[in-house]
Amino acid sequence: MSHLSAEELSLKAKEVIVQYIDKCDTLKQKERTTIPAQEMPTQDPFIRRTNLNEVAIGFSEEQARIEAMRCLQCIKKNCVDDCPVGIDIPGFINKIAHGDFESAAQIIKQTTLLPAICGRVCPQETQCQLHCAVGKALKDVDKSVAIGRLERFIADWERKKGKRILPEMKPPTGKRVAVVGSGPAGLVVAADCKREGHHVTIFEAFHKLGGVLRYGIPEFRLPNEIIDKEIETLNEMGVEIITNFVVGRTRKLMDLIEKDKYDAVFVGTGAGLPVFMGIEGENLVGVFSANEYLTRANLMHAFEKDKADTPMFSSKKVAVLGGGNVAMDSARMAKRFGAEEVFVLYRRTENEMPARKEEVQHAKEEGVEFHFLENAKRIVGDDHGCVKGIECLRYELGEPDESGRRRPHEIKNSEFIVEVDTVIVAIGNGSNPLISQTTPQIKVNKRGNVLVDETQKTSMDRVFAGGDIVLGAATVILAMGEGRKAAASINLMLAKETESETKKKMYIVSDM
Amino acid sequence: MNKIIYKEQLSKDVFLMRINAPRIAEERRPGQFIILQTDEDYGERIPLTIADADTDEESITIIFQVVGKTTTALSMMLMGDYLPVLVGPLGKPTHIKNFGRVICVAGGIGVAPMFPIAQALKDAGNHVSIIIGARTKELLILEKKIKKIADEFIVCTDDGSYGRKALVTEPLKELCQSTQKTDMVIAIGPPIMMKFCSLTTKPYNVFTQVSLNTIMVDGTGMCGGCRVSVNNEVKFVCVDGPEFNGHQVDFDNMIARLNAYKSIEQQKQKCFVEKTFKQKEELV
Repeated sequence: MSHLSAEELSLKAKEVIVQYIDKCDTLKQKERTTIPAQEMPTQDPFIRRTNLNEVAIGFSEEQARIEAMRCLQCIKKNCVDDCPVGIDIPGFINKIAHGDFESAAQIIKQTTLLPAICGRVCPQETQCQLHCAVGKALKDVDKSVAIGRLERFIADWERKKGKRILPEMKPPTGKRVAVVGSGPAGLVVAADCKREGHHVTIFEAFHKLGGVLRYGIPEFRLPNEIIDKEIETLNEMGVEIITNFVVGRTRKLMDLIEKDKYDAVFVGTGAGLPVFMGIEGENLVGVFSANEYLTRANLMHAFEKDKADTPMFSSKKVAVLGGGNVAMDSARMAKRFGAEEVFVLYRRTENEMPARKEEVQHAKEEGVEFHFLENAKRIVGDDHGCVKGIECLRYELGEPDESGRRRPHEIKNSEFIVEVDTVIVAIGNGSNPLISQTTPQIKVNKRGNVLVDETQKTSMDRVFAGGDIVLGAATVILAMGEGRKAAASINLMLAKETESETKKKMYIVSDM
Repeated sequence: MNKIIYKEQLSKDVFLMRINAPRIAEERRPGQFIILQTDEDYGERIPLTIADADTDEESITIIFQVVGKTTTALSMMLMGDYLPVLVGPLGKPTHIKNFGRVICVAGGIGVAPMFPIAQALKDAGNHVSIIIGARTKELLILEKKIKKIADEFIVCTDDGSYGRKALVTEPLKELCQSTQKTDMVIAIGPPIMMKFCSLTTKPYNVFTQVSLNTIMVDGTGMCGGCRVSVNNEVKFVCVDGPEFNGHQVDFDNMIARLNAYKSIEQQKQKCFVEKTFKQKEELV
């Protein structure tokens, strides 16, 4: 398929919208399903593989309105049920169809503070868009209404307008909430607790906020500027932000409660502990965890070679191990750093790959190759301890396992060696050990994930947790969903305390 | 932001700084380190061991050798300047108890991280023998300070310009051979020195602890850039260390990994030094 530029797509949309614009409210359902689904404009693949600019450019106004008119405004809102934060999806989409972007923004802001991020990185095809009636009618989930892209459109529109609607905040309660980690879960907790009038402090180990949004997800998928803007909102709301602070080391978790008098603590430290394969040669020079590779590129700005002090390993041939979004990000990043050949090794087939279809497609367009049904057996080093190749094994698919995916079996004696100078391991993350290492009171499972009850409360009094530290490596939106739940529990706990304190005071007063 | 409240040049390329950092000063234990950047946006994160701390002054002491761009830039910062990024204390503290007779071997800049450990071991009631060494006399640091806490003290230089003309492994071997049983050896210094100290003590079966200073990015377990092979297992220096059993560390692999970016690093430092000189010349 040839690449259509943003201008071309926008022009096309301008022609198409004329047919529908006056019938916005009167279109029959059948007619709506015939409205052409809008293609996301992207940077030309040959240009974008040399820069870090965002790949997806975003809908034009006309495109957004056409896409919005495809929505059937179902009475039973399957899409909302599948959204971890429960955005009123048909509500905001209806406003877009009518060109009332401001109202659409207000509707979105009622339930999420981070629409520009969610619109970009949520796996909508397995959530809100999965049960969309339009996709069902057309028998293709890819033809569902592009809810995520519309959410992003509104968030971008609002940001470009320079209009920031601060959420309403209740008067100060005098209660203090500490949020440990400023990834997606922490940011949501900070916002939700601040809205209730509590004093909120975010503690972040890095010098910049955002957690995985900042160090993990590349600029070309989620520009830093977007994260900065979302964090500015928190700043304006009066959330206190302390960077370069490692809870567990700079201060023990218990000390936040006992010495610093926080009434509640939320632990959202993420799944920051890269998993390696446990194969020979994994410590050779030229083997990286995806976390390290991406952190150098994203947080430490290694792409700006002349300015940044953090170096990046220069690679010609790169093997990426894994089939998730992080593997895609690493492979695409390696291309941008000038690698001539980048291939992804995945032991199942494309159908089983956990990465988003869109990301796989983008990676292919950028020249990333895929070696399916192959896996690394060992990494081969030269005399200087550097990577010179990777020994692979071929696989075939057998019976489905408990996840429903067909289990891969290795084919005996199918080993072969491919010459590479770099290997990026992107097979997942364990839970970060710092909190459990330094906080013996907190209960964790075998994998080191913090155990919580249905209200996100941990085994420790006043301590809640959510996001990847609880779930293991999951998604941004699931982390946000957990953050929302934890914030609600914290707010409830603090409200009850305030109530009983007030009662006590009244009792004392009446006693006198 | 952390203010540099004192700066001193200890030798040609070695500097001492005391930095205001109340929280770190309060929490740090011997063996732990910090990570700093000299520029918030484009700086590189480097780990440095905490050499000392003063809770009254609310300061920590770092001692560093100029080896790359970041340490060069750091050495040019002045008293009163602020460090944009300083985080810590990181890593597991040294396990301190009364082991009995302990030999502390420090090479070059390694005397700095050794000081708080030797002090703590002494306070815990150990008999502490200290061996310090450097390439040449000019590179010896903190001799007087560390000598004070030693029950036995040996200083040597590779070229014989001061003390005994020997590598630190020679007196180490002699002490291991002596009739007095050694309960533990701690070696801190350049990787190659720690490697040979470990090899020296191995035949005597004396537990030897080394403190590794690898390349790190985050310092909290997230990136794995600092990983080393210990007893054929992958360990992260930042969260599992920085101290390990020297007899189990794959030093050759660690040294290769330390040199992964050497050419880029040297180039960056050269550019930086040239640029700074030019700016100075223009000012003159």
